[in-house]
Amino acid sequence: MSQPGAVVVPASHDAHEAHHEELGFWRKYVFSVDHKVIGIQYAITGLLFLLFGFSLMMLMRWQLAYPGAALPLLGRILGEARMPGGTMLPDFYNELGAMHGTIMVFLGVVPLAVGGFGNFVLPLQIGAPDMAFPRLNMLSYWAFFLGGVTMLASFLVPGGAAQSGWTSYAPLSVLAGAGQTMWLIGMVFLITSSLFGAINFITTTIQLRAKGLTFMRFPFFVWAQFVTAFLLLLAFPPLEAAAVLQLMDRLAGTSFFLPSGLVVSGQVLTVAGGGNPILWQHLFWFLAHPEVYVLILPAMGIVAEIIANNTRKPLWGYRSMVYSLIFLGFMSFIVWAHHMFMTGMGTAMAAFFQTTTMIISIPSVVILTALIISLWGGSIRFNTPMLFALGFLPMFGIGGLTGLPLGLNVADIPLHDTYYVIGHFHYVVAPGTIFALFAGIYYWFPKATGRRMNETLGKIHFLGSFVCMNVVFMPMFLMGLAGVSRRLYDGGATYAFAQPVLHLNVVSSWGAWILAIFQIPFIFNFFWSIWKGEKTEENPWQATTIEWASPSPPPHGNFLAAPEAYRGPYEYSVPGAAKDFVPQYEA
Amino acid sequence: MDIPYTVEIRRDTGLTNGKIGIWLFLASEVMLFGALFASYILIRSGAPTWPRGDTILNVPLATFNTLVLISSSVTMVMAWSSLMRGRFGTFRIYMGTTILLGCVFLVVKYFEYSHKFHDDLFPSTNNFLAIYFTLTGLHMLHVFGGMVVNAYFWGPGAKLWKTNPRWFTNRVEHAGLFWHFVDLVWIFLFPTLYLL
Amino acid sequence: MTSEHAVDIDKHVRIYVTVFVALMALTIVTVAISRLHLPVPVAVTVALLVATVKGALVACYFMHLISEKKLIYAVLVLTAVFFIALLALPAVTHSNGYWIHQ
Repeated sequence: MSQPGAVVVPASHDAHEAHHEELGFWRKYVFSVDHKVIGIQYAITGLLFLLFGFSLMMLMRWQLAYPGAALPLLGRILGEARMPGGTMLPDFYNELGAMHGTIMVFLGVVPLAVGGFGNFVLPLQIGAPDMAFPRLNMLSYWAFFLGGVTMLASFLVPGGAAQSGWTSYAPLSVLAGAGQTMWLIGMVFLITSSLFGAINFITTTIQLRAKGLTFMRFPFFVWAQFVTAFLLLLAFPPLEAAAVLQLMDRLAGTSFFLPSGLVVSGQVLTVAGGGNPILWQHLFWFLAHPEVYVLILPAMGIVAEIIANNTRKPLWGYRSMVYSLIFLGFMSFIVWAHHMFMTGMGTAMAAFFQTTTMIISIPSVVILTALIISLWGGSIRFNTPMLFALGFLPMFGIGGLTGLPLGLNVADIPLHDTYYVIGHFHYVVAPGTIFALFAGIYYWFPKATGRRMNETLGKIHFLGSFVCMNVVFMPMFLMGLAGVSRRLYDGGATYAFAQPVLHLNVVSSWGAWILAIFQIPFIFNFFWSIWKGEKTEENPWQATTIEWASPSPPPHGNFLAAPEAYRGPYEYSVPGAAKDFVPQYEA
Repeated sequence: MDIPYTVEIRRDTGLTNGKIGIWLFLASEVMLFGALFASYILIRSGAPTWPRGDTILNVPLATFNTLVLISSSVTMVMAWSSLMRGRFGTFRIYMGTTILLGCVFLVVKYFEYSHKFHDDLFPSTNNFLAIYFTLTGLHMLHVFGGMVVNAYFWGPGAKLWKTNPRWFTNRVEHAGLFWHFVDLVWIFLFPTLYLL
Repeated sequence: MTSEHAVDIDKHVRIYVTVFVALMALTIVTVAISRLHLPVPVAVTVALLVATVKGALVACYFMHLISEKKLIYAVLVLTAVFFIALLALPAVTHSNGYWIHQ
């Protein structure tokens, strides 16, 4: 009964091509429904937010290294309301802290890792012409964009942006200024964007995979994005619920998170009361723990692709890695309360959550070990993507291992909310995930532009970043073990016990500023290579996965002929084969 | 370039893209309302006293509204099966009825709300009312959203029937799944808020 | 559309009407039971039981879950597991004296 509808559905290829020609600038580059354009939009917006979030932190590092000292030049520009005479006010410091965390996690890393790489690479790797719901995909980007604009605009409202940390713990956040309302509204946009994205990724992966591409023939990156999409789909709604409840508390005067008899500045708060601040923490961490895996799984996916390609060997233990990935995703939903040992949780519950936390470390170790063993006996090509991927391994290893004491109730209590925690999760996300994202940019840049990024500049970028990242974050472990709390406006200067380690603040800060200088080669390289980079053919890395079957850059619709998968994803150095790689898409 | 499996079924999954998409969306909705129900249980079980819903809220009105919403679910599924039988005229009638019943639900809710406000009962009055307004408010947003989608398929979206009836039938089915879900949520909200 | 298909739909329509009547009846039942003012634990159990039956009817017949594809079931089972984890949240909060209400 179905009729080909020429008007509504451009059924024939010709009809579509004609349609494509007509697209003007706005439809082609701004309100595009093409997954590649949306992926690049996400990636560039994400990179800009990473730079912005990094700048906020560099300002904070001035105050931490030299508490109370006037910041030359820049201090004047930021104005009397924030930095009178160039000296940072505590409220402004809190704004910077809360917004650094929020921007880096929700507007930087996730949009780049999932929105950027997921959108650009996933459909190409499974041989699909586009995402399953292209218009929903565009909506997802614009919801994200609005969320970002709301977050940025919150700096301009009276009282400034949110100041209650990226975790927005109640009741502090409920009683905070207008910036917090903006934060919540921004989060609702970002959550909506992630939900649309997740629905699209899952449907696309299941439905649009090429003929012959069974699940166990998926590149590891596809698996990583697939599991990540489920985490986004099912973990984000509880935070949306929490945001709605906090908005009600702030705007309609309810008391979901306000207990009875709360005293603020010596006055009993006149609200109905009966609420529970712990409820916020539960709902927040029910999202935010899976969110940690949203940050790390795509990174693992990127690193796995690059390691297999540059060792010219199949991944060691592909199946174990896939099963570990699924187990990791599943377990990430039942460890959330290990962030809350300090709330006075009973021993039985603490025992439960520290057990699940210890269990979840096993699949992470399996994946990391498999990646390290994959290097064994390979003739490794040390190009820029591979250097960043190799850098990821020890950095993520340090981040993961330093997390173990935090997962154990007894060890967590002295370490909770110290710089040790900051060091731990930054090792996972900054030299971990962000290195993997840099690796991915260098690796897929030729696919997106048809040109390769400069290797020399790339190596300078890598070496500088690798050293500086460690200079920034290693001292934090020492400060944390010495007992210095995070979120202190003066970096601990007023505490006697902190005096022996205070000089580490200066080391850390200079590390951060020099790290910024080493990003300049990357920024230059990125733009220079778009126009002037060395031209490449469609498969410059001699890779096996399906995205390299399309022209570089891929046209609208991606492939000239529908690709088919004939074998597993990593058939490198097959004995007896004519060349050292046998692409998935070649019969 | 067409996206495959928008209209036809992919053989190994037995599904169209839209069907998977709408169910994934509903899965996330389950988690959204699940979190709110969990919050409700947590706050209620921690409260020293908690009023029975029928001492504050209007049970007959809500019972009427429950019947309205259930009826709208039936007319929705009948609208879809009319399309399956190829009867577009009947579809219009059933779909129109569904939208009207949605309007009735919202109007009744409006009277309930304004009555509460008139009696000086606000979300800030106590946590029972806070939960009541939040849950029913969010549910009303869902009802409204469903009505907008249904109105689209009743009106401008129905053009698709002429060019691609199978696709149109699928889309109405997916809109129906959302509408039934909204009904399902109310089936749980009604006893929890009004009767317990 | 084949005539066999049309017969199938006719059968469906009869089921929809039956389910509709059952839902109406159960709504009246649940309101009637609430008038008995049973003790709270019993009332909660009964009300949720009736609601679950009603919800199951809507899901199974109106949403066709009774004859859906495996993939949809898989998604829903996964969701159900995490939904239960969510509902465990109050229990986690109240367990062994972990409570700040006064």
